[in-house]
Amino acid sequence: MIKRLLFLLASLLLAAPVLADQKPLPGDSVYQLGIKLTDQDGHTWPLAERRGRVQLVTMFYSSCTMVCPMIIDTMKATRATLDDASKQKLDLLAVSFDPERDTVDALHAYMGKRKLDAPRWTLARAKPQDVRALSALLGLQYRQLPDGEFNHSSELILLDADGRILAKTTVIGKVDPAFAAKVKEALR
Amino acid sequence: MWLPWVVMILASVTTPKPGQYVPLPGGTFASVIGADDKGAPAQIRPFKLRTEPVTNAEFLAFVMKNPQWRRDRVASVLADRQYLSQWASADKLGPGALPQQPVTRVSWFAAQAYCESENARLPSWYEWEYAAAADAHREDARQDPAWRDAVLNWYSRPSNTPLPTIGGEANIHGVRDMNGLVWEWVDDFNALLVSGDGREQDGADKLRFCGAGAANLEQKENYATLMRVAMLSAVKAADTTNNMGFRCARND
Repeated sequence: MIKRLLFLLASLLLAAPVLADQKPLPGDSVYQLGIKLTDQDGHTWPLAERRGRVQLVTMFYSSCTMVCPMIIDTMKATRATLDDASKQKLDLLAVSFDPERDTVDALHAYMGKRKLDAPRWTLARAKPQDVRALSALLGLQYRQLPDGEFNHSSELILLDADGRILAKTTVIGKVDPAFAAKVKEALR
Repeated sequence: MWLPWVVMILASVTTPKPGQYVPLPGGTFASVIGADDKGAPAQIRPFKLRTEPVTNAEFLAFVMKNPQWRRDRVASVLADRQYLSQWASADKLGPGALPQQPVTRVSWFAAQAYCESENARLPSWYEWEYAAAADAHREDARQDPAWRDAVLNWYSRPSNTPLPTIGGEANIHGVRDMNGLVWEWVDDFNALLVSGDGREQDGADKLRFCGAGAANLEQKENYATLMRVAMLSAVKAADTTNNMGFRCARND
């Protein structure tokens, strides 16, 4: 009986966030895109599962030696402008342009190498057409070169809890104060 | 009694069966967009291409099966307000959209979703340009002024005249309507003019682009194809236009 009650209680607790999400997604939410991502631990989930928390999103690839390390650094630096409570409310997501080389193992290794803390940080890969769709939705451009490297635009994108784009910045290498202010505001 | 049969047989001979894919050999191809900043040719793997653009009738069947792509239900982030507005209603073509006309006013997201429903994908720019370079007799007819004129002439057609139906002359690959019917989405439409040379950029833009090479435009005399590149580079994935349709491709 107690077991049953506990089970009931547990299922109610589990159901609560689901019920809160029953509101239909806004039409301008990036979570309207029905793609799946696979994270550095090998878990696969729909993009819309990010719903409910403010996100800082970017795209990168881990073997990139030029600008990409600075993209991750800029994400870190932007987060560092926040107070501790806000830091805990912000999720950071970087999706790879390069699913061929950015395997789950490669992403996992990159998490360690760059000292990115889960669960606040997530590195992810997707199948090639889903990478293209996500980049098109976020307004990022990329193309693969014959030597396997990528040309790509670099941008940080701020999403609200429902996946609407609140702000973007192309400033990489230092904190964009206007963008950082938007992040702070979104977490208030 | 026999007349309908004759008509049916004749019809099956003269009108191409929709939704068919033919193999293309691929290979080294001199694209208008260099593969790197030195204008390297593209390397195209063998692939399969849909013989015609997707029609209104085919897209209607897709929408009926996938109601999230109805014009009255689609998310605004995935298609603009003009999406399928030539149809009589969300589930009827009507007089403004003939079944055998290529579907237009479709966003890149909708085109991609359609292709996935055929276990296919959108062709890459290189695949599309390569397939479109052929005429009925040659794999690469682009040096022929007649080919160039024909393509350019189509661009001067006013965009408010009704679209012809599919079923133009097949090129040497067995592919129809690459030039002269509609603009077509390609998978990497948003990557064609990515300039990679961050060193040329100043200030805040200095690090916007990452990577060693740069997209270089080649064959500047090939205006017709460069116009396609310019147009594809100007649109966003949720945009729809009166003349933009698509066809799908598959890996070989």
